[in-house]
Amino acid sequence: MTYPGEFFVDGDPIADTKAPDGPLAERWTKRRSTGRLVNPANRRRLDVIVVGSGLAGGSAAATLGELGYRVRCYCYQDSPRRAHSIAAQGGINAAKNYRNDGDSVERLFHDTIKGGDFRSRESNVYRLAEVSVEIIDQCVAQGVPFAREYGGLLDTRSFGGAQVSRTFYARGQTGQQLLLGAYQALERQVNAGTVQMHTRHEMLDLIVVDGRARGIVVRDLETGAVTVDLADAVVLASGGYGNVFHLSTNAKGCNVTASWRAHRKGALFANPAFTQIHPTCIPVSGDHQSKLTLMSESLRNDGRVWVPSSAGDTRSPADIPEDERDYFLERRYPAYGNLVPRDIASRATKAVCDDGRGVGPGGRGVYLDFADALQRLGRPAIEERYGNLFEMYERITGDDPYVTPMRIYPAVHYTMGGLWVDYDLSSTIPGLFVIGEANFSDHGANRLGASALMQGLADGYFVLPNTIGAYLADGPFQKLTPKHPDVAAARSGVTDRVQKLLSIDGDRSVDSFHRELGKIMWEYCGMERTDAGLRKAIELIRSLRDEFWTRVKVPGTGAELNQSLERAGRVADFFELAELMCIDALHRGESCGGHFRAESQTPDGEAMRQDDEFSYVAAWEFASPPVLHKEHLTFEYETPSQRSYS
Amino acid sequence: MKLTLRIWRQSDREARGKMVSYKLDDVSADMSFLEVLDVLNEQLTTAGEEPVAFDHDCREGICGACGMVINGVAHGPQKLTTACQLHMRHFKDGDTIDVEPWRARAFPVVKDLVVDRGAFDKIIQAGGYISAPTGSAPDAHATPVPKPAADAAFEAAACIGCGACVAACPNGSAMLFTAAKVAHLGALPQGQPERASRAAAMLHAHDEADFGGCTNAGECTAVCPKGIPLTVIGSLNHDILGSTIRGR
Repeated sequence: MTYPGEFFVDGDPIADTKAPDGPLAERWTKRRSTGRLVNPANRRRLDVIVVGSGLAGGSAAATLGELGYRVRCYCYQDSPRRAHSIAAQGGINAAKNYRNDGDSVERLFHDTIKGGDFRSRESNVYRLAEVSVEIIDQCVAQGVPFAREYGGLLDTRSFGGAQVSRTFYARGQTGQQLLLGAYQALERQVNAGTVQMHTRHEMLDLIVVDGRARGIVVRDLETGAVTVDLADAVVLASGGYGNVFHLSTNAKGCNVTASWRAHRKGALFANPAFTQIHPTCIPVSGDHQSKLTLMSESLRNDGRVWVPSSAGDTRSPADIPEDERDYFLERRYPAYGNLVPRDIASRATKAVCDDGRGVGPGGRGVYLDFADALQRLGRPAIEERYGNLFEMYERITGDDPYVTPMRIYPAVHYTMGGLWVDYDLSSTIPGLFVIGEANFSDHGANRLGASALMQGLADGYFVLPNTIGAYLADGPFQKLTPKHPDVAAARSGVTDRVQKLLSIDGDRSVDSFHRELGKIMWEYCGMERTDAGLRKAIELIRSLRDEFWTRVKVPGTGAELNQSLERAGRVADFFELAELMCIDALHRGESCGGHFRAESQTPDGEAMRQDDEFSYVAAWEFASPPVLHKEHLTFEYETPSQRSYS
Repeated sequence: MKLTLRIWRQSDREARGKMVSYKLDDVSADMSFLEVLDVLNEQLTTAGEEPVAFDHDCREGICGACGMVINGVAHGPQKLTTACQLHMRHFKDGDTIDVEPWRARAFPVVKDLVVDRGAFDKIIQAGGYISAPTGSAPDAHATPVPKPAADAAFEAAACIGCGACVAACPNGSAMLFTAAKVAHLGALPQGQPERASRAAAMLHAHDEADFGGCTNAGECTAVCPKGIPLTVIGSLNHDILGSTIRGR
């Protein structure tokens, strides 16, 4: 059920992921002990650019600085501490087995492969599980204030339905504390002179010379100056692309531009359709809505999800008697109840709202009710567990969840897809490495809770600093100047595009286009996707994109702080990404993880994978039409099975 | 509801700024304060005027990017709340609301409501860390941390670096920000080796960056969206004393 020729063409499969051979458990050790090294004296002559300063970029820049490379790190925010990793709430997984509850590297590996619905690469995932243990050690040494027991040892919790308690946390602010740890390590290297930090700078193109990534074109967001920075390697750590949906839990500034520009320069983009929709977010309250706020998944441990049994019931929740409520997750999934995985809970929620049984404005919401838990455990216990979340909910909605059930609805939260990387985290452009959410690796078609922080830090602290050496051992590469034709062309491409955006001078704001694009994506490429819907979406996106390039209004000039201009460039790239996402979703005629194709479901409405046809990573080459390169997945240690939670 | 916003407009670092009035007719109580600015900017853009520049990112009160003085109070009237989490149900129909950037010598205005808080990063660079290069860490359980110390560290570490404390301080001091980091790291066993030198170096960087001194006015903690207590400044003073005695 693929459609080559119409929207894309088939290319050569990806032959080699560069993973070492031998037993799975020995591969990472093998790579580290046999990879080429760079002499410390030579590291001082090698320049590395890191784009992004979140968990992945911040930790990578700090670690590369410690190793003695000359590092330059860029972020669009006014400080590296503001990267969106900071907003992660729940925790970070690690196979420490401090609880003696049977956890191990093998089990975390297994859970991650299974959770990803068998669409990730065994070698990478095993390494992630292996490295997870070192991350906790590293963060504790930096002073990250993880939650502790009275004996002074680290506390852990079970998260997202895991059967072991392997999630380390710092109240509901784990991402913040881990990011500040990486940020402080980064600032320490700034002080030591090994890292130069460039805030309020945005990467607008990748410079490729003689087939190697050799630098970036950046715009100083305060002055508008467009300059080039040349180096021996470029590391992208620029995060995910959830904001293609306009409304998501991502920060407003999160964007795909750095990745997309690299994609246009030849880096393959893998599995763009794999997006994660988080079931517990605060619903949209009106057309003014600018972003969505996540309520931690942990709430489902004690909250019960329900809607009225009959459509159009507009009574207040307190007036709806018990026998006229449908606790639909408990009904459909008796074994897991309210704790079913994110994708399943999200789809079930959408289904009851599509039935007309949703609650709140626009009928897009379901209740998350703590009445039973309050009765069972008492208010102090609930306050202790969820107090900060209840407060946050009340601040935003004005409702008190101790009295009235919360209303929740799914929202886009994370993107598993991203630039394709091999085992060494190298993209298909030599010298361009991609880490964290910006790459596609490790999470397959669905990410487990508390695994994003783990992957960002694994890549940045431990994997990339070990693998990039083998590439840099061949450097320093040929000396370049801004006058080199390929460098000058990249720079003038950027200035031309900035001018183009400013010169259209139309009558519609950037945000109005972004909002409309987001609606198309949410409707047709969101929780449930169909052949007809995706075809329609592609048409709509193309016509909206044409309209954007003739009607967008970007006030101001290019030589100043111009936030409309920044957004215009990002939205322009989202249009191109959106089309590729729909093509990817259309070509993958199976359901898997967060990708649900209505045509591929079991009789009881669950996602149905089709391993015979789709057990591969779809890596797209930028071209018109796009070219599909398949990386076939082989499972030597795990046996793909159909997920079942009923 | 109908609102009048009086907003500080300043085109760049050098320009003279002024307050400009804008009227909004259709503000919903469910909007956040920043969403009101979004709506205003949409109006301005369609009318061919320049939108108001303001810093913001996560819009859930954790990144610390947003910050503006609303009716004379940093982050506005609601306690323990950043501007992005402030909702319009706390205002009344017909209100006039003044919106200004952080005002402090160490935070120059870049444009409109955007200021340069780079000085905060400089304070951290001077010593706001524990030196633990990647790979050098012992097992996480090698050093137990008493729960009260861990909790105290967490409370101080909750600082989001927004700069409200500086904006509220009559002296333009960043002592609460500086002390929060000193208290966080100083509460942990891992932070002891550098404790005295850290405090001295960070305080020096604080003064170098043109922040004012602390006179215990307490305005900082009153506006802090994360409720960082004034006691962290006591910890800082303690560590500074230690560093003086040890001659570092």
